[in-house]
Amino acid sequence: MKLTRKQRAFANQLWIYLAAFVVGVICVFPFYNAVLTSLRTGQELFLANYLPTTFHWENYVNALGENGVGRSLLNSFVVATVTVGMCLTVSITAAFALARVRFQGRKYVLFTILCVSMFPQVAVLSGMFELVRFMGLYDSLGALILSYTTFSLPFTVWVLTTFMRALPVELEEAAIVDGAGLWVIITRVFAPIMGPSLVTTGLLAFIGAWNEFMFALTFIISNENRTVPVAIGMLQGTSQYELPWGHIMAASVVVTVPIIALVLIFQKRIVSGLTAGAVKG
Amino acid sequence: MRQSSEGLLLPPVALAPPRTARKRSLQRRRSRAAWLLIAPAVVLLAAVAGWPLARTLFYSFTNAVLDTPEEYDFVGLANYLDLAGGERFGVLADPLWWQAVGNTLWFTFASVSLELVFGMLLALLMNQKFRGQALVRTAILVPWAIPTIVTAKMWGWMFHDQYGVVNDLLLRVGLIDTPLAWIAEPGLSMWAVVMADVWKTVPFMALMLLAALQMVPADLYEAARVDGANAWQRFRRITLPLIMPAVIVALIFRVMDAMRVFDLIYVLTSNSEATISISGYAREQMIAFQEMGTGSAASVLVFMMVAGIAASFLWIGRFNHEGKEGKA
Amino acid sequence: MTRTLLAAGLAAALHAAVPAAHADTLKMECNVSGPWKPFCEHVRSRFEAETPHKLEFIEMPLASDEKLSLYQQIFAAKDARAVDVLFIDVIWVGLLDKHLLDLTDKVSDLEPAFFPNNWRNNVVNGRVKAVPGQVDAGMLYYRKDLLEKYREAPPTTWEELTRIAATIQEAEREGGHKNFWGFVFQGKAYEGLSCDVLEWIASYNGGTVVDAQGEITVNNPKAAKALDTAAKWVGTIAPKGVMGYQEEESRAVFQNGDALFMRNWPYAYLLTQNDSSPVKGKVGVAPIPKGGPDGQHAATLGGWQWGVSAYSKNPDAAVKLVRILAEADTQKRAFMLLGIPPARIESYEDPEVQAKAPYLAQFKEVFANAVPRPATATRAQFPKVSKAMFNAGYDVLSGRATGAQAVADLEGKLKRIKGRDWK
Repeated sequence: MKLTRKQRAFANQLWIYLAAFVVGVICVFPFYNAVLTSLRTGQELFLANYLPTTFHWENYVNALGENGVGRSLLNSFVVATVTVGMCLTVSITAAFALARVRFQGRKYVLFTILCVSMFPQVAVLSGMFELVRFMGLYDSLGALILSYTTFSLPFTVWVLTTFMRALPVELEEAAIVDGAGLWVIITRVFAPIMGPSLVTTGLLAFIGAWNEFMFALTFIISNENRTVPVAIGMLQGTSQYELPWGHIMAASVVVTVPIIALVLIFQKRIVSGLTAGAVKG
Repeated sequence: MRQSSEGLLLPPVALAPPRTARKRSLQRRRSRAAWLLIAPAVVLLAAVAGWPLARTLFYSFTNAVLDTPEEYDFVGLANYLDLAGGERFGVLADPLWWQAVGNTLWFTFASVSLELVFGMLLALLMNQKFRGQALVRTAILVPWAIPTIVTAKMWGWMFHDQYGVVNDLLLRVGLIDTPLAWIAEPGLSMWAVVMADVWKTVPFMALMLLAALQMVPADLYEAARVDGANAWQRFRRITLPLIMPAVIVALIFRVMDAMRVFDLIYVLTSNSEATISISGYAREQMIAFQEMGTGSAASVLVFMMVAGIAASFLWIGRFNHEGKEGKA
Repeated sequence: MTRTLLAAGLAAALHAAVPAAHADTLKMECNVSGPWKPFCEHVRSRFEAETPHKLEFIEMPLASDEKLSLYQQIFAAKDARAVDVLFIDVIWVGLLDKHLLDLTDKVSDLEPAFFPNNWRNNVVNGRVKAVPGQVDAGMLYYRKDLLEKYREAPPTTWEELTRIAATIQEAEREGGHKNFWGFVFQGKAYEGLSCDVLEWIASYNGGTVVDAQGEITVNNPKAAKALDTAAKWVGTIAPKGVMGYQEEESRAVFQNGDALFMRNWPYAYLLTQNDSSPVKGKVGVAPIPKGGPDGQHAATLGGWQWGVSAYSKNPDAAVKLVRILAEADTQKRAFMLLGIPPARIESYEDPEVQAKAPYLAQFKEVFANAVPRPATATRAQFPKVSKAMFNAGYDVLSGRATGAQAVADLEGKLKRIKGRDWK
């Protein structure tokens, strides 16, 4: 029995909604669990319950208050934003050169840039520590911005290069015929079309900088300059063994919410209907 | 519509000859401009990343200790492999190193393949239009947004054998009848780590693949649909070839990250030899044992392994690319 | 007019000639953004009142190894401005020896005030490198109500513990409590397991793996027997998952009422008496059982010590601060605020302390006899030693090796690590 066009379309939609539901549940469930845990205290923290049983808001008061992660949110935001800004700026120009211009040694430059990301973080740590102290950036946000930008660059450069390569040549040719210089081509012609890839790369770089722990722990020692992951890592009970799980979960929820908000805002741009419409006509 | 992947610039036909000379000088100017454009990136990387990496390489040939790095002797390749005196020393002679290599390769293979498959499915889903798509897209990014240490500890509790959610659900559904010791049993603990990692990283893959999907022009699909191609054929003939470069890049980065995994394994299974990764090994040598020489040697070996694998991916990718070029 | 000017000029010249009292800012490690805040503030007010200097705090991460690696980075950079007085784990004294100021001449008068084991642990090559601040030792927690119900007394040997745990576990399970277990401890492959391993071996008189002179003593039949005994527990009276437990995971099981015995540190006691705890009022503490009737009660010594950075710009002020921290009053405050056991012996006699924590009287005996890990003897190699120890324990617990094989292997590994001598 063959389904009619309408029935097939309906079935399709059904599959999509089902898939969306399953995916949503799987992705969000641990986070939902975290939220539940953050509202509990004492023994209930350890048990598996799927519905909210209590509402201990003090965990949140604690998390946001003086002893919590409030200040670190600001620090993380500054670091991540500046990092992304610098990364994207440096990367988009580099990507243009690497994607659209044939020059000697291009492949080697690309591979060398990639090599930076091949070392384990621990190897880089003491060297960076020395460098940061040498430059007088120890215990300042500048140390983090510098190190995050440097280590996010291979990723952003490669991704933008790949996407730029896929852009049609006609766009560029048309712009050149119109007398546009390189800079104009990059900013006026490519950047808008690369919208989704820029947003995607920016988001991933932002989240990467937001969640980085090792460098943030090593380069910043004073309380006021701490970033979010380290602030959470410092939450403790009275002894070294006790893990104030409720507080930690509350703090984690607090620091994840801005990112979720950010994603909600930008998720539309991730899928801005890019079509070849730019080339037609 | 021609898609050039090499960025070859062909001057429009309208320009007057002499074409070759004009083309060459344009090329040279663009080459110079290109070097200027990549200069900031390269300079930054050389200055900031270059120093720690060169230092690591240097120390791998010494027997320095972490808290007194200024006192050291050169030991040549002894940190890598030392056959002196009948007994074998050095990273390459350490059975724990090879165990770590095995663990890491298995982990990489398992998690990256799962992430690729699920990432692709998720990207295709996010590409569809339906009500509530904004929420779903946001939900998909939640795992990536949570800091790794929190994720690791969270999954650690979820895998607790007596009270963890995972065992609880499995018991309720009836798939198992006694709680599984996820973290304690070496075989299961690797799977626990893979699950936590896949959950955390699928959003990354999905996002990358989605961005790639966006670059595929919609009218190609229209044309194919008009020609009577079904969904699978459209996927295989149109989507896959066009997003292949992006897939390869996403894979390269994922593989590099998976090969260097440390946090998740350390938090979930601590220093267990059954699950230690090569980064964990390097860190243990460097930080726990303070052996900067051995730790640096291990790091260089990690680099070489990762470089080898990345290079093979690139080679496969280029081969794939050139094949397509030939056909086009 | 000229005379006043002259007088003023003279005064200024004199002032310049005589150096003014130099007020330094010292940095002490204290986690001021957590429950420690009142304690930190109190120390600051005392320090600033008794010296002309100022005190600032730096915070350190919770996890022991992260803290250690941070300190190592700081010491590698010989940074004088980062920290002056630090709180170091009992096993780091040998490791950080060369970066700690020699306190021998300045604090030896304090020696009788502290537990001898603890004090000796802080002496490296005859020099005192740290002063005890907080003391910790492994203990056996048990369910008073269940022992009463089945008419058993708290066990004094491991054999008794095994028997009691098996009996009660079976009885409880038959009574409907399906996931009840006899004994939970820390079996994950990490430093905590070394503590448990040391307790097992020492309780059977098998020595302390490496003795105080640096000799490797672990390859003996008593140590082998100790490990074999422990291996028998996994899967019978302890869940298999115990090999994935650190302190909190084992506490979760005990506190939820699903275990009869637990080996853990004193911190867990207060938490089990928390209002939301299902076992409130039902918990007793006892010393770690002996290995057989002629064994000994061996608890691993834990705790934190105050040390001074060797790179400190003002060592005298730093030592003054350490002396303040070592006082009975300060340590008692830490206890009253946070419940952490003081290192100073006389605090245990203090009526206020006793009123707040009657169980502390029991702990005192345990602390006095606590066995330190061989960290000071093995100096900078201790992390490797500890790793070999807990891996040996893990292998036996998981059934991959017998006790005899494991201790023989362990001896081999330790010999390789030691080389000619511990450095």
